Amino acid sequence: MQTLEPILAQIPLFQGMRPEHLKLIAGCASNARFDAGQFIGRQGEPADKFWIVRQGRVALEIHAPGRGALTIMTVAENEVLGWSWLLAPHQWHFDAYALTATRAIALDGKCLRGKFASDHELGYELMSRFSQLIVQRLEATNLQLLDLYGDHD
Amino acid sequence: MATTTEDAGPPGPAGGDPMRPAPFRVARRVVETHDVFTLWLEPVGGPGGFSSQPGQFDMLYAFGAGEVPVSLSGPPGPVKQVVHTIRAVGPVTQSLQRLKRGDVVGLRGPFGSAWPVSLAEGSDVVLVAGGIGLAPLRPALYHVLSQRERYGRIVLLYGARTPRDILFAREIETWRGRFDADVEVVVDRAAPGWHGLVGVVTTLVPRAHFDPHNAVAFVCGPELMMTFTVRALAHHGVVPARTWVSLERNMKCAVGFCGHCQLGPTFICRDGPVYRWDRVAPLLGVREL
Ligand SMILES: Cc1cc2nc3c(=O)[nH]c(=O)nc-3n(C[C@H](O)[C@H](O)[C@H](O)COP(=O)(O)OP(=O)(O)OC[C@H]3O[C@@H](n4cnc5c(N)ncnc54)[C@H](O)[C@@H]3O)c2cc1C
Repeated sequence: MQTLEPILAQIPLFQGMRPEHLKLIAGCASNARFDAGQFIGRQGEPADKFWIVRQGRVALEIHAPGRGALTIMTVAENEVLGWSWLLAPHQWHFDAYALTATRAIALDGKCLRGKFASDHELGYELMSRFSQLIVQRLEATNLQLLDLYGDHD
Repeated sequence: MATTTEDAGPPGPAGGDPMRPAPFRVARRVVETHDVFTLWLEPVGGPGGFSSQPGQFDMLYAFGAGEVPVSLSGPPGPVKQVVHTIRAVGPVTQSLQRLKRGDVVGLRGPFGSAWPVSLAEGSDVVLVAGGIGLAPLRPALYHVLSQRERYGRIVLLYGARTPRDILFAREIETWRGRFDADVEVVVDRAAPGWHGLVGVVTTLVPRAHFDPHNAVAFVCGPELMMTFTVRALAHHGVVPARTWVSLERNMKCAVGFCGHCQLGPTFICRDGPVYRWDRVAPLLGVREL
């Protein structure tokens, strides 16, 4: 059976990773498909996976009382969807649904966490990469809060 | 056609007294969004010569209200009608918003420095616009698309607050339909039904297809947006010395007399509004990238 290792090696999140680590990660990876409009995760539900979008687009949505649903971010090709699998209580913070027909690689969080227990280096490596990703997303959120396109005296 | 060079300096108005507005009639008016509109203006009393370079601005005088600087948003070079896209934010711009076809405004210009489109020849050109900033960049896009063979990749990255704030939506669709330009639009937030990207414009930079080591970037929007965009571009490999911004701080005389728009040793109306980032960043109090 063909493994997903060579594809994972091309994805920015995993670039430059040691081959033995990529092999372990590929052991927890599978292909996934979502139809346009299909929910991938819902706020409060258990989050035991993350995805790398290969083709298509996913929206992250929050529901504000009295204001309805608001899309706050989209995830596009080669980008990562979901980090709650890594951090307790492993629950979705947002709703995520496919805006268009989407192909993705699903990574099983439980499987990965199991591997971290016996390979701390792998755990450290992935944790560092996700921390960077979380910081980037936090920065982007800060900029959204600053209302970049308004007039600032 | 007008040429532009790096530091082209202030080309100045087409002739006559730069302080005296000439009467221009509204030939056409289009509502772009809930607070943005475009005016096509032609000289009262027949065709006069009007030619501008991409990035330059005019002083528009709304009688009884006052005068404001507004960038040209139409095709550069010699034209019969002068095009301006304006966001109504205060007394003068609101008064311009109320103008109808046939009404008259005063116009002085064009003034100021230009996007260095000649210097960008042979390079990839990345235009990054935020909000109303797409209007001053549009002439540069018209220019590079009209001289397509002289440039490498052409990329337009545009960020707006919400889908209803997107300027020139139909034209963006046309640019997107071309096979020789990459156009990405992102909004800060959207209600369900929007199928485009959501996030800040800076997140488009690493996704875009261009060679950062052979690219020239033109950035236009509020100063905060430009600062963060230049940072994202630099992080991606576009050096600040290959990045230009347009500073749209308020001004009065437009010809370097009154000092209203003075920024350190430079007068934005005379030496700007288009500046190379590494030259102007220290004056804006931006720490080194
Ligand atoms: C070189 C240059 C080019 C410009 N090009 C365009 C353009 O193409 N389209 C367009 O809509 N506007 C443009 N502007 C901005 C425009 O000149 C101002 O919006 C206008 O002067 C506001 O006048 P007002 O009387 O309507 O509102 P005011 O009462 O003067 O201002 C209303 C609000 O907007 C803020 N404001 C005013 N001017 C600016 C500014 N320059 N930057 C940020 N905030 C400001 C004020 O602080 C206030 O909060 C440009 C400005 C410059 C200097």
